[in-house]
Amino acid sequence: MEILVCVKRVLDTSENEIELNREGTGIELDEAVYSINEPDNYAVEEALQIVARLGGKVTVATVGGEDDEEILRREMAMGAQQGVLLSDAAFSGSDAKGIATILKGCVQKGAYDLILTGVQAEDGGAQVGGMLAAMLDYPFASLVNSIEVLPSRKLKISREIEGGNREISEIELPCVLSIQTGINEPRYVGMRGIRAVASLPVPTYGATELQIDPGSVGKLAAKVQRLDYFVPTLGKGAEMLGGSREANVERVTELIAAKGGLR
Amino acid sequence: MTPRIFAYVTHKAGVVDDSAAELLAAIKQIDAAAAPTAIVTGWGAELDSACSSLCASYAEIWKISNEALAYPNAELIRKALVKVLPPGAILLLAHEHFGIDLAPGLSIKLNAAFVPDVLSIGAREGMRLRVVRQEFGGQISANVECDISSGVVLTVRPGAFKPPVIPPANGKVVDKSGEVGALTSGRRYLQTVVAESGDVDITKHTILVSVGRGIQEKDNLPIAEDLADALGAAVSCSRPVVDAKWLEKSRQVGSSGKTVKPKVYLACGISGAFQHLAGLKGSPFIIAINKNPKAPIFQVADIGIVDDILEFLPELTSKVRELRSKAA
Repeated sequence: MEILVCVKRVLDTSENEIELNREGTGIELDEAVYSINEPDNYAVEEALQIVARLGGKVTVATVGGEDDEEILRREMAMGAQQGVLLSDAAFSGSDAKGIATILKGCVQKGAYDLILTGVQAEDGGAQVGGMLAAMLDYPFASLVNSIEVLPSRKLKISREIEGGNREISEIELPCVLSIQTGINEPRYVGMRGIRAVASLPVPTYGATELQIDPGSVGKLAAKVQRLDYFVPTLGKGAEMLGGSREANVERVTELIAAKGGLR
Repeated sequence: MTPRIFAYVTHKAGVVDDSAAELLAAIKQIDAAAAPTAIVTGWGAELDSACSSLCASYAEIWKISNEALAYPNAELIRKALVKVLPPGAILLLAHEHFGIDLAPGLSIKLNAAFVPDVLSIGAREGMRLRVVRQEFGGQISANVECDISSGVVLTVRPGAFKPPVIPPANGKVVDKSGEVGALTSGRRYLQTVVAESGDVDITKHTILVSVGRGIQEKDNLPIAEDLADALGAAVSCSRPVVDAKWLEKSRQVGSSGKTVKPKVYLACGISGAFQHLAGLKGSPFIIAINKNPKAPIFQVADIGIVDDILEFLPELTSKVRELRSKAA
């Protein structure tokens, strides 16, 4: 099974507080720490487990610049045999449809049986996988939380639907699936693993290699654009207890009792 | 001229989803004077009853009846919608598992813009529409502008739009089934497997000690269990704890987990993503403890404490035990 997993580098929410910059127009990026979009690890792990059972190859691809190569190497340290960086000045400012267009070029350059994405990017909206499938006229399923490979080029999959129920379907290959978190336990990657893949070649493909019309991607083709950011204010906000821990514990105990919790 | 506005409405066994009214509210934000059309797909008597119940709120209901659509397979419904929607249409759907499955690919086939998980809709200036969505689990919001000159598909966050008080619409049902023809797909629905109920039923408890990523590791769970024990409560959790296999799926609160209605909800190290909050009903008294002062949970909680749960919860447990022993 030849599997392509589409991954993305995002701001690491465990290392950064997501705040507005001084101008109040964007996210503060000074000293920002980036990492792989966490849901993508589940997609890569699932691909690795399928290939371990059935043979084949896992390729990871991302759209971005030089800095994005680090996440490809991280996923290669997990076990992906190949990384591909999709990079071109013409790609800059692409919206989700633009990203899907670039990935379509990558899919068509190879011969993949299965294409996986993470369920959603931290800074995205669960959109690129479904777009890519429609562009390729491949079947698509989102929120996939189990995959069983059947004979005759089919998969039996389940999707996570409301209340944790599972919708079971059969889907023909080649297809695109977005992988829900929790489907597996992504393997740990240490510094040693990353060093071991540091010298492997990671080819870069631009618009020419991917046979993409530069006018179909990038900022000018984008129908959807972020204008600016702001800090959300939902609801009225909590009454924040600013006292000592002891005082806060006391108050919370009183409140629980007052709400009928300590009978 | 405003492009024609549609809402795709889901139903179950003929009962229309609550999102039908929220989609109407979202449509009124795009154009207060719009006479929107609901599109409903399905088969048999259930479809007819869903269509007739929408007549009270939508001006027109497009019914697409097809045996292949008896179960809502997004791959087939996408093909049906591409056949019936006029060029330039504005289409809204709920951002839940079905909308996530259908909408991105549909936007490609319609050559329309797509914005997922919309929280509010601003002014339309000509063919430009402004909407608000969130990133990083609700920590920050973005103003997004989209070009709707060849139409747009929007998925709308459940609960974000308050259903409006609407005058009766006296809508009429228009049968569009004939325009659809035969539907086939490389994805075939087999069955639905209902979630297991698990050892503890968190939906029955009046107090929940709910843990999130802030619990850090499985070995720390006894800290929450001790507090729950002292309070006579149950331990529930948010998604990351289940993903890490620290607790059973049956303990998860949220749109893909259980819907709970406790009186008191202790959100411990939970950031407060909307999928999690969607599982909290009946306006519980929410006490949130989180190290991150910017955690979205503080926007919806009643009481907020910025602290490390690994240190705070054990002290709370001793205090509760102390009070209990005095009372006894």
